[in-house]
Amino acid sequence: MADLALANPRTPKRPAARRSNFELYSWLFMRISGLALVILVLGHLLIMNVLDGGVHRINWGFVAGRWASPFWQFWDLAMLWLAEIHGGNGLRTIIDDYARKDSTRFWLKILLYVSMVLILAVGTMVIFTFDPNMPAN
Amino acid sequence: MSTTASTATAAGASDRAGASRRQGTFYRGDPGMWSWVLHRITGVLTFFFLFVHVLDTALVRVSPNTYDQVIETYKTPIVNLLEVGLVGAVLFHALNGIRVMLVDFWSKGPQLQKAMTWVIGVVWVVVMVPGAFFMLKRTAETLFGGN
Repeated sequence: MADLALANPRTPKRPAARRSNFELYSWLFMRISGLALVILVLGHLLIMNVLDGGVHRINWGFVAGRWASPFWQFWDLAMLWLAEIHGGNGLRTIIDDYARKDSTRFWLKILLYVSMVLILAVGTMVIFTFDPNMPAN
Repeated sequence: MSTTASTATAAGASDRAGASRRQGTFYRGDPGMWSWVLHRITGVLTFFFLFVHVLDTALVRVSPNTYDQVIETYKTPIVNLLEVGLVGAVLFHALNGIRVMLVDFWSKGPQLQKAMTWVIGVVWVVVMVPGAFFMLKRTAETLFGGN
């Protein structure tokens, strides 16, 4: 039998701290953000799609009316950030699972992170700079 | 140890294909495995929708007319039906996510995980039936009701 050179786990030469707890925190984040998103997203879907005519009553004025309240601004901002990071982290896991080549994995993740930054920046900008007195055209 | 081999012989391993089909050694998945698959699919779909949805909402900063024009698309019958699909996907993802958290953090979670899968199915149907009704009411009236 070939000699299997497995280092003793307690060999001092073995680098001690080469792992971080990133995956632990990401696991925990999925659960905490998931719990918040159950309320935020299901509430959002109920209001926007089900109650009082649902999607048919949504227009620019409806959005303006909601964002006149800091409560809904905060709701939407929290939902945007939590959903984007929760979904982005989920997709990161999926890319890690299914990408077969390191280069595929690398470029898919670059694409993912660029899209996350774009969506978070655009979404946040829109919530904070919305102008309720904008002319129709 | 030869326990595996003798068990396989005892189970009639000579007729492999037939035996595996009859005795269920062919893995057809488990409710937990299928809910894991569905959790991934619904999650990815929702993430892609979120991308589109933040961009369409960003049109409120372009002009009220532009936003209203694009939002009209969401009110057409086919897109309205897709919205029911989206709500169904998000609802499943939320319910299954709660199940995953209960399996992780609740002492009885692991032993009740399969039961919770069926509970999810029931809750999903109970919420989706009235939900789909109210979401599609207007579209159905316009299409079939003549008003």
